[in-house]
Amino acid sequence: MKTENLVEALVADRSTSSRPMRGALAGALVVGAVASLAVFFAALGIRPDIAEALRTWRFDLKVVLVLVALVLAFSLCIALSRPVTSGRPAWRLLPLAVVALSAVAIELAILPSASWTTRLVGSNALVCLVAIPALAIAPLAAVLAILRAGAPASPALAGAAAGLLAAAAGSALYAFHCFDDSPLFVVTWYGLAAILVVAVGAAAGHRLLRW
Amino acid sequence: MADPTDLSALMRLARQGDDAAYRRLLGHLSTWLRIVVRRGLVSAGRGTADCEDVVQEALLAMHLKRDTWDEAQPIEPWLRAIARYKLTDHLRRRGVHDHVDIDDHAGSLVATADPDAAATMDSQRLLASLPERQRRIVEEISIEGHRAAEVAARLGMSEGAVRVALHRALKSLAAFYRRDLS
Repeated sequence: MKTENLVEALVADRSTSSRPMRGALAGALVVGAVASLAVFFAALGIRPDIAEALRTWRFDLKVVLVLVALVLAFSLCIALSRPVTSGRPAWRLLPLAVVALSAVAIELAILPSASWTTRLVGSNALVCLVAIPALAIAPLAAVLAILRAGAPASPALAGAAAGLLAAAAGSALYAFHCFDDSPLFVVTWYGLAAILVVAVGAAAGHRLLRW
Repeated sequence: MADPTDLSALMRLARQGDDAAYRRLLGHLSTWLRIVVRRGLVSAGRGTADCEDVVQEALLAMHLKRDTWDEAQPIEPWLRAIARYKLTDHLRRRGVHDHVDIDDHAGSLVATADPDAAATMDSQRLLASLPERQRRIVEEISIEGHRAAEVAARLGMSEGAVRVALHRALKSLAAFYRRDLS
């Protein structure tokens, strides 16, 4: 087939257009999160003292932290799904780092140093490391499926961003089960769990997001 | 329209439904791709025999991924990025792992001379591997130059079904390029 012939086929196919990435990605995230929500209620459930927890600043800050991660990872996913990225995409995560470090600094400033270790180790560390990746599986699969319509300059990086987004979605659910609200715990263990999912996302992206 | 060589404007018109603008855009891109792909292959120490295959693969990607261009940005960096990705990918499949850079000598994206417009070896083989009906639709539209509505009437299908089959066929061709070529 000559290239001029191919051009005719492409012109005939001009009117087909995919859904805008932003909407499709948001939809996939919701579908994945609903699937994980079923797992959440089946295996974990909401902590019984949720009413009191909602009135503490530590719990609220935990939710804010997770939501900031969710919003920033979403915009990072969109940015990295394109062949060209303007500026440095990773800088989009700067607000997350600022919120996380500020939260840790505040906690260290107001807690006596004797209780730092207790807060850091918490009561649910291992559950956290298992539950967040488990709750991230469905969102990760859904997000990767949508990103296949993109054309990422780096499929592995786009996959890593998908991993971060899925980890944030998983964390948003897990936050309502977990009793440990100290920023010391959240930044450390949620962070480690997220790194696991990011690594899985990068490996999957490297394979699945080539175009 | 202002400048017939303004590629961003051509793509915008194409998005608004202008087939002629899209044909003109793809024509400019084929010519430009031939130049940069040829240079890329030569600088990687490869022969230029498969130049046209890479051109077609890149053109197909620019078409299938055209929604990833952000209209707020100029289109040229987006086009260069796709050409670079496809050239790098092509060379990697053939065991060349060097860094490929097409930006230095790309110059203007609207080239004047057309060095070579040969038919390709691979696309013919890839076309043959499509399901019978899809292959026929692609050939009727691309080689015979029929319109989707005419092809639909000939094959006793709806025009929509022809368009769906054509789109699937193009996606399959892109996937074949990625997977099958050694």
